[in-house]
Amino acid sequence: MFGKLTWSAIPWSQPVPLITGVAVFAIVLGVLALVIVKGWWPYLWREWITSVDHKRIGVMYVILGLVMLLRGFSDAIMMRSQQAIAVGTAHGWMPPEHYDQVFSAHGTIMIFFVAMPFVIGLINFVMPLQLGIRDVAFPVLNSISFWLTCAGVLLVNISLVVGEFARTGWLAYPPLSELAYSPGVGVDYYLWSLQISGLGTLMTGVNFVTTILKMRAPGMRYTRMPVFCWTALASSLLIVAAFPILTATFAMLLLDRYLGMHFFTNTGGGNAMMYINLIWAWGHPEVYILILPAFGIFSEVIATFSGKPLFGYRSMVTATMAICILSFLVWLHHFFTMGAGADVNGFFGVMTMIIAVPTGVKVFNWLFTIYGGRLVFSTPILWSLGFMVTFVIGGMTGVLLAVPPADFVLHNSLFLIAHFHNVIIGGVVFGVMAGYNYWFPKAFGFTLDERLGKASFWCWLIGFYLAFMPLYVLGLMGMTRRMQHYSNPAWQPWLIVAAAGAALILVGVVLQIAQLIVSIRTRQARRDLTGDPWNGRTLEWSTPSPPPAYNFAVLPKVEGIDAWWAMKQAGAPRAAPTYEPIEAPRNSAAGFIAAFFAVMIGFALIWHIWWLALVGILGAFVTVLTSAWRLDDEEEIPAAEVARLEASHGPRLEQGA
Amino acid sequence: MRERLSQGSREASRPTRLALAGALALSLAGCSQGVLAPAGPISDAERTILLDSVAIMLAIVIPVIVATLAFAWWFRSSNDRATHLPSWSYSGRLEFIVWSIPAMVVLFLAGIGWVGSHDLDPAQRIGGKPPALEVQVVALDWKWLFIYPGQGVASVNQLVLPAGQPVAFRLTSASVMNSFFIPRLGSQIYAMAGMATRLNLEADKPGVYPGLSAQFSGDGFSGMNFNARVVTPAQFAAWVGAARTGPPLDLAAYERLVRPSENVPPLAWGAVAPDLFTHIVDMTAPGVAQKRPPPAPTAPRGPA
Amino acid sequence: MTDATADMFDEGVLALEGGGDEGPAPRDIIVSYGFWIFILSDMVLFSALFASYAVLAGRTAGGPSGAQLFDLRRVFAETACLLLSSFCCGLMSLSIEARRVRGTYIGAALTFALGAAFLALELSEFVGMVAAGDGPSRSAFLSAFFTLVGTHGAHVTCGLIWLTVMMAQVATLGFRDKVVRRLRCFALFWHALDIVWVALFTVVYLIGAR
Repeated sequence: MFGKLTWSAIPWSQPVPLITGVAVFAIVLGVLALVIVKGWWPYLWREWITSVDHKRIGVMYVILGLVMLLRGFSDAIMMRSQQAIAVGTAHGWMPPEHYDQVFSAHGTIMIFFVAMPFVIGLINFVMPLQLGIRDVAFPVLNSISFWLTCAGVLLVNISLVVGEFARTGWLAYPPLSELAYSPGVGVDYYLWSLQISGLGTLMTGVNFVTTILKMRAPGMRYTRMPVFCWTALASSLLIVAAFPILTATFAMLLLDRYLGMHFFTNTGGGNAMMYINLIWAWGHPEVYILILPAFGIFSEVIATFSGKPLFGYRSMVTATMAICILSFLVWLHHFFTMGAGADVNGFFGVMTMIIAVPTGVKVFNWLFTIYGGRLVFSTPILWSLGFMVTFVIGGMTGVLLAVPPADFVLHNSLFLIAHFHNVIIGGVVFGVMAGYNYWFPKAFGFTLDERLGKASFWCWLIGFYLAFMPLYVLGLMGMTRRMQHYSNPAWQPWLIVAAAGAALILVGVVLQIAQLIVSIRTRQARRDLTGDPWNGRTLEWSTPSPPPAYNFAVLPKVEGIDAWWAMKQAGAPRAAPTYEPIEAPRNSAAGFIAAFFAVMIGFALIWHIWWLALVGILGAFVTVLTSAWRLDDEEEIPAAEVARLEASHGPRLEQGA
Repeated sequence: MRERLSQGSREASRPTRLALAGALALSLAGCSQGVLAPAGPISDAERTILLDSVAIMLAIVIPVIVATLAFAWWFRSSNDRATHLPSWSYSGRLEFIVWSIPAMVVLFLAGIGWVGSHDLDPAQRIGGKPPALEVQVVALDWKWLFIYPGQGVASVNQLVLPAGQPVAFRLTSASVMNSFFIPRLGSQIYAMAGMATRLNLEADKPGVYPGLSAQFSGDGFSGMNFNARVVTPAQFAAWVGAARTGPPLDLAAYERLVRPSENVPPLAWGAVAPDLFTHIVDMTAPGVAQKRPPPAPTAPRGPA
Repeated sequence: MTDATADMFDEGVLALEGGGDEGPAPRDIIVSYGFWIFILSDMVLFSALFASYAVLAGRTAGGPSGAQLFDLRRVFAETACLLLSSFCCGLMSLSIEARRVRGTYIGAALTFALGAAFLALELSEFVGMVAAGDGPSRSAFLSAFFTLVGTHGAHVTCGLIWLTVMMAQVATLGFRDKVVRRLRCFALFWHALDIVWVALFTVVYLIGAR
């Protein structure tokens, strides 16, 4: 009746997950109770949950990323605290069964449920505004994508209290992830939650590619698009080309586990090496999916706060698209030590180094953007400068690892861990933090507190170096990754410093939470009345903060790069435009309901509750049918209403700059 | 009050200073371990490549970091002395330089990578004076089995090697993927079920070099360590002689060995079932690499 | 790049893309374009399965190989059904563009029948193999075979369900803009499955049966 699910799936005898689960459950219940009691539910349902507005969906993605950052980061703190003490006869406080789930969850959550939502959220919010249009190509699909990602998040978090998570690392290599060596539900939680959220991500990729290629304001040719939109395009093309590989690979592993097939098993002719090839054929483009939009954010931020156009626009675009294509030709550098031979290793090493060229070009272009400018040391610029210094170090260690004989002694060591955290934190996280501070006023109508923003930056920066520079040393000293316990006492001082670094980052995170709370409390003092608090260059700053649902009453006519800057230079406000009625998509509950059934299907399949899975599939199908027969999915905003809304914001062009 | 405070701080500072000195000493001792302390020709060549590559790249990275901080400081908005070029956004000459510098560095490193990849190919025999010692390695849960086909002995979690003689390893796994790694001797290589990978290393001088698995393989992974004890050829022959008096590693003993166990102390066997390694690779040996057999009884671990 | 060169580049791109200066493309184009991108992603999915098949084709674990299992006559029959089905889908598309209801239903019915015939033949092959003990859990080769061919079959099945739903939409909503857009997407999907089948039957059956 309930498949493999029994009461013993709940970790009654493990205090940490049990107490965490109870606490989280209590918090969620408390929040729900508060929402209902205060009567906020109709507002939330109408304005957020069923919204198909890219701006709302973007904000929800970023909120999801922030919340999951706390979960992933607490995993990191657990790991650091364990490794700081578990030397020699001391075995720490986490047994291997627990530790193995923690590091697997940490990686999975950080990549799929923190970095991806952050990046997709920022692109969602900003890109249509920068392109001078009203929304993405498929707004309902956008909502479905978001809620499917949430479904994945929910499943991963349920695994904490019902069953267990994978104990295989974040990529679940076979044969360890096959049924023979991981008979529990952990790997199934991992696979189903990622298949579900992966579907959402793929649809986002299709959505964004179509939007950028087929929907831009009049006059916005490709060579007039903001660089952030170019990087969003490259990232979205990578999603479309890479995520199906992930889907197929996970499907094959699922078939092995559920139907006894032999894709990657040790017996029956299976080939575990093939999994590694396939998963990294996805995995390497994935990291470029994350970093390219971060590069785009830095391009926007550095240009804006230097008061100059981005240096070398064309070569930035060329570099971006070159990275996009090259990212598919380097995947084997993740397993030089698998023994593919000198020619194969050499080829992929060379290709990996080639991809460092366009990345280096970008760094120089940012430098020359600052040169001759008037740099304002805002919080986003601090994050950008921190990135420029930190990322080149990470890039350097990456190129080092691309030399096969160097990799032979550093593969899977803490040197590798330090490298990828160096580029992901120094690149993606710093980029997202810059973007978050930069675009916050556009989304909410007031800027974030600068002092707390800067304080949190410094804690993150110094904390990062404290936490990860020791790991480079440890890798060189021969310490490998994923160790729950070790016997070399010389490693311990470095791990203690690393733990201190993690603690400092924690302070940084707390300061960011404080920044948000304080900023909301004191928002009147920092209202963004002009819509252009930073004297920006691109079209999102031509709208009020926050923009109306339709973004632009009249789509802007674009005549060059940095369209808003050009409009400001041209100066005087034009004659009042003639407003036309605007067709706007209506809200849709399809996303939320589809995600509900997705969770049902996932949970049912994990626990082998076949009838429940069927119910879920039927439910999802009915949801699709209901959506397909819906006739009232658009509404028209009359021209007079548009005029009224526009007038309520007041003239902004002469107030800007 | 002030006196008491300074008294307290003076007293506290000595143990603190001792602790710091101890930590520093321990940490510096770390530089005599691992990848930067090669004990054989392979790891020596790899360290050279590592340091050379870092040096080449630092020649770019350090100026870039300095330039970043310098430009940011000099072109701060409050500095009126800095040149102001509000619409300068293109320079053909700079573009050329900006593409050329990374391209040249990358070209150079790519050459190092290509040549190094061939010179240090793990499967390549080390051209040496004495012929290579053959060792067969089997990754088990969670210990390493070493078979010496030429000597007819085997050991677990202890790899005794003669100094100055190349060692030709063939590796497989009777379980999941692992990675055989002795940092001070050089390259690691994956050990995978159903196939045999090859690795060639050599140790220059006698010593004890820690070895481990560098590919996570399950709950007992952290204990999957061993020591490579490099000894003089005479001591090696003596060890082989002593090992030969040990029990035989027949199929029954192997089947017991295959059962999951952790933190296994070194053992030695005096005889090995014929073609055991081949059978393990073919997956015709007992405890075939398809599921974890029931665990061997182990000592209780740390707190739950 | 000089500005003159850049402008030529823009003109060339504009000419190719037909977009840029006029603002967002019309809805019809956006929907079809988006669906094309989705189909490309589906092709990547199939490529990954093809790659797996190529790697595992020889790993029969002592079991039968393709040459021993494949019945090329049935495969030719399946191919005929699918290609004819695509042809009928094309006829259906013509009727849709001309807004002819009866032609649409007839075209759809033929498309469905031939697609269902394809599925029936494929299922009979699968059932026969499983009954003989040569199911997907027999060997890596068979796992790859069943998954690759089966994924195509699953797509065909989803297509038949979609076609049914679309006919219900035509019956209840008529040829509204959004219904016509969806029918065009279906046609793209159906023809794309044909392309995959051609690759499949070449790589798996023709080459495998040698």
